[in-house]
Amino acid sequence: METKTDILNIEKIRKDFPILSREVNGKPLIYLDSGASSQKPQQVIDVISHYYEHEHSNIHRGIHTLSQEATTAYEDSRKTVQAFINAKHDHEVIFTAGTTESINLVASSFGKKFLEKGDEIIISTMEHHSNIVPWQMICEEKGAILKVVPINDKGEFLMEEFEQLLSKKTKLVAITHISNTLGTINPVKEIIVKAHQNGTLVLIDGAQAVPHKKVDVQDLDCDFYAFSGHKMFGPTGVGILYGKESILNDLPPYQGGGDMIKTVTFEKTTYNCLPHKLEAGTPNIVGGIGLAAAINYMNAIGIDKIEAYEHELLIYATEQIKQIEGVRIVGEAANKASVLSFLVEGTHPSDIGMIIDKLGIAIRTGHHCTEPLMNRFEILGTARASFAFYNTIEEIDIFITALKKAIKMLV
Amino acid sequence: MTIKEAQNEIIDEFSLFDEWMDKYEHLIELGKDLPLIEEKYKVEENLIKGCQSRVWLHANLIDNKIIFTADSDAIITKGIVGMVIRVFSNHTPKEIAESELFFIDQIGLKEHLSPTRSNGLLAMVKQIKMYSIAFQAKA
Repeated sequence: METKTDILNIEKIRKDFPILSREVNGKPLIYLDSGASSQKPQQVIDVISHYYEHEHSNIHRGIHTLSQEATTAYEDSRKTVQAFINAKHDHEVIFTAGTTESINLVASSFGKKFLEKGDEIIISTMEHHSNIVPWQMICEEKGAILKVVPINDKGEFLMEEFEQLLSKKTKLVAITHISNTLGTINPVKEIIVKAHQNGTLVLIDGAQAVPHKKVDVQDLDCDFYAFSGHKMFGPTGVGILYGKESILNDLPPYQGGGDMIKTVTFEKTTYNCLPHKLEAGTPNIVGGIGLAAAINYMNAIGIDKIEAYEHELLIYATEQIKQIEGVRIVGEAANKASVLSFLVEGTHPSDIGMIIDKLGIAIRTGHHCTEPLMNRFEILGTARASFAFYNTIEEIDIFITALKKAIKMLV
Repeated sequence: MTIKEAQNEIIDEFSLFDEWMDKYEHLIELGKDLPLIEEKYKVEENLIKGCQSRVWLHANLIDNKIIFTADSDAIITKGIVGMVIRVFSNHTPKEIAESELFFIDQIGLKEHLSPTRSNGLLAMVKQIKMYSIAFQAKA
């Protein structure tokens, strides 16, 4: 098959990721688990080391030079994120611990103020547990109801069913941009238009989207957008909640503590302005700075090129895996990101995962934190290969050979 | 054969294999053997749910000896489950409670007992010990 592997200078890119040259179980590592967490380029690692070696101090409160420098670095990182997702204002970018915390923040703050008994929140069948459980928790607390948009057998969002679920009671729609298990790219723009026509706010879980495609929050017109640093070549423990200014201003604080206040007396505390109102305590400073370094790295390669290259990888891997007898792909949406979930007849995903791990290949097996989705397909789990721009066609060939070997051992 | 002797026997068997592939092939063969548990015991209360794979464990006390039967939906796990059963089954609760499990480490399959594997094996071993303590208390 002819492939456009020349979209990226892949050799140069791979050298940027030190971990990709290590061995696992005596074989060169082939990392096909970027959907769980991506690897980090030297450029990000260097920024983190440099920060701790030369720049660290607490931010937003120091009179001294180091604190001012650290504050500038952190706030510049916020601007980098703002530009990356094209937010209107930098204070619409809230630093969190990750997608999970971003969603919990909205569920807690939005839910506390705006959710009443009998109100409804709409999610979809393909949501990650972190876009299910926070809503279940707040619904239980408030006596609200969680509604679920079904999907078809290919793993595609059913728009008509969604429209039927929208009602005056719908207070929020929370949908994943890209399914971590199926790879389905949801038509979020259309979902947002329809929700807004109903007067309903929309949160998009972008954890799997931001590392792979251009996201423009103003173009999408979403009200909230959540994502994680560690899935986009940045550090763990940092993430973003984007929210429209007017909506974030209306939210009560998520946590109380330092940095989020204007004045504190024992009688009454007044809160700081955005973004600080929603960022209590000393933040993950180096996380924010590392995330900005990751964004700079992705920008230098070009998001469009990353998307095009990863699409080639997906197409190639799909064609190759389909040729193996007994393989069933789970998730065959027409619009799909570089995630390949599959089952092999007569084998258990964990057996496949264990055997190819011995051959140096890292994939994920299990329910991928999407148990309701597994129930929808009446399966317990899948094996999943997920690709990033540092993977190659050659690696896919080795993966396919290893998979065939595992099947031969197991069946 | 004591629990210790049974474990040493398995260690001897595995000493024939140098390569991980031979070990895994042996485990798969063990796993492919007849079901280790009657279908009627593959019920929720006997299920040890791992994130990756499921293990069922059933215990029955006959003449002061615990007879374990077990199964797993993943075949490599099932192979290891089979060996664990072979070691512990048909011993008194006291013998089981006082025994140490060392063969998995020694045959180089330690990673399968790691909590991160979440395959139900570690929980199964704990459950075997729990049964031995519970049956001891009953006696």
